[in-house]
Amino acid sequence: MQFGIFTVGDVTPDPTTGRTPTERERIKAMVAIALKAEEVGLDVFATGEHHNPPFVPSSPTTMLGYIAARTERLLLSTSTTLITTNDPVKIAEDFAMLQHLADGRTDLMMGRGNTGPVYPWFGKDIREGINLAIENYALLHRLWREDVVNWEGKFRTPLQGFTSTPRPLDGVAPFVWHGSIRSPEIAEQAAYYGDGFFHNNIFWPADHTKRMVELYRARYAHYGHGTPEQAIVGLGGQVFMRKNSQDAVREFRPYFDVAPVYGHGPSLEDFTAQTPLTVGSPQQVIEKTLAFRDYAGDYQRQLFLMDHAGLPLKTVLEQLDLLGEEVVPVLREEFAKGRPANVPDAPTHASLLAAKNAGREDQEKEGARA
Amino acid sequence: MKLVVVSAGLSVPSSTRLLGDRLAAVAAPAATAPEPAPADVRVIELRDLAVEIAHTFTNGFPAPALADAFAEVASADGLIVVTPVFSASYSGLFKSFFDALSVTDEDALAGKPVLIAATGGTARHSLVLDHALRPLFAYLKAVVVPTGVYAASEDWGAEGLDARIGRAATELAALVAGPAGTAGRPAGRPLPKRDSFEEVTPFAERLAALSVPGPSPAP
Repeated sequence: MQFGIFTVGDVTPDPTTGRTPTERERIKAMVAIALKAEEVGLDVFATGEHHNPPFVPSSPTTMLGYIAARTERLLLSTSTTLITTNDPVKIAEDFAMLQHLADGRTDLMMGRGNTGPVYPWFGKDIREGINLAIENYALLHRLWREDVVNWEGKFRTPLQGFTSTPRPLDGVAPFVWHGSIRSPEIAEQAAYYGDGFFHNNIFWPADHTKRMVELYRARYAHYGHGTPEQAIVGLGGQVFMRKNSQDAVREFRPYFDVAPVYGHGPSLEDFTAQTPLTVGSPQQVIEKTLAFRDYAGDYQRQLFLMDHAGLPLKTVLEQLDLLGEEVVPVLREEFAKGRPANVPDAPTHASLLAAKNAGREDQEKEGARA
Repeated sequence: MKLVVVSAGLSVPSSTRLLGDRLAAVAAPAATAPEPAPADVRVIELRDLAVEIAHTFTNGFPAPALADAFAEVASADGLIVVTPVFSASYSGLFKSFFDALSVTDEDALAGKPVLIAATGGTARHSLVLDHALRPLFAYLKAVVVPTGVYAASEDWGAEGLDARIGRAATELAALVAGPAGTAGRPAGRPLPKRDSFEEVTPFAERLAALSVPGPSPAP
């Protein structure tokens, strides 16, 4: 099972000091957080993509390429890549380039974005959000698998004899996750292709996440990719920890109370009771995270949101120390217990390449026999 | 058979709640007649849910007590909705409840019989029923009962309110029960809803609608 972090990349004033980091500080902090993730033994770093203030990560592959050069093991991903408003040709090119530079340590997560005006800013119609996600991904899927593509669609200029370069590393397309909070159509899309499905699992009650994951698993099996239990599921989560849980609550409350998205709403206590948010000791984080399995089944990837709402870099790095030293080792051990042998790990470049080579050998054997 | 009263009254006791209770008292037995047992009546006081209603807008999902109220409304055979008049319209709390409901389930009121009622300090606001409440519930795809009931303070000590309550409640009961002699689904009963989780549009249909070919076989 993979463990990692995902970031929104918000530039938010620290409510306890009133100080707002500069964009440069925030970008450098995101890099420092990624490097720390590798240092403490996490597997994945994923960045969001946004095209409006107060967010900085508009150019994910630039940032991930830089991080790739400074890490050895860390898997670089997105949370999410906007399949609706980006040109699928540019996504194909950018992530294939990143895949080569990172020696295959990359995958990506498709999303539709959460800011209405991004659609018109990129010349798109938000009412076509689902259709854009469907058509653009259909093209992206082909660009990575066919050397020469002829294409005509509703949303993009046609392609005649187009080859997306560089070709994917070893002829293996980066693994794709599809992220959605509440659109069954996207769970269906992930299932259709046999891709991964990710639920951000942060702002909504668990029963909602459960419904989406169950739908994806059932449809994954329907399309013949395996049993429902073998579908590739990722979940988000949000935690703030201190050794002593009361210290965690005291320190996080001012950030929670004014946080973007859910600030000025319910109390910290109500929100932690109703959603997967955990504010407390590492042991409490372990217990709540292990319980995700009760409603999502045995899953493949757990990403935590650690750096937002104006938390200072120093605090985030301390959080990552706790996560890497005290939480994730226990989660790895506990999640492995009782996990059926036929539940696969999340695909990586190495596993996809091995599967491809095995398929080719099978074909050659068939050929030799014929 | 279940009737749900949604009351946006704020004081205790509240004339808005009182009007809702009076309407329910007439509608409940009329809806099930000639059966002796009246319809089950549940009352939702929005005052008790005010904070959770506000949090639905900051969170994006209803907290438990509000989710229960939404479930009550969704499973009701008929609704009686009553608001005090604030600034020449329904109260913000009243509107926010239905905003939060429709964000959570945009078809929650589709085809559902709804009796609209309002209270105010003066009869000058009585057209709030037809200028504010009726368009709101028409937008929400409800079947709005022809007679709405407006009660000004003075109506509680005058003749006429009883007759209006009786007329409106009887109309609601008729819609809920369906026309006499109609077997099966009563006229006002909502159509069975399509659940996007239970009935997924197969992905191939979505691709076909866009004239997009399916994925190529693995190389």
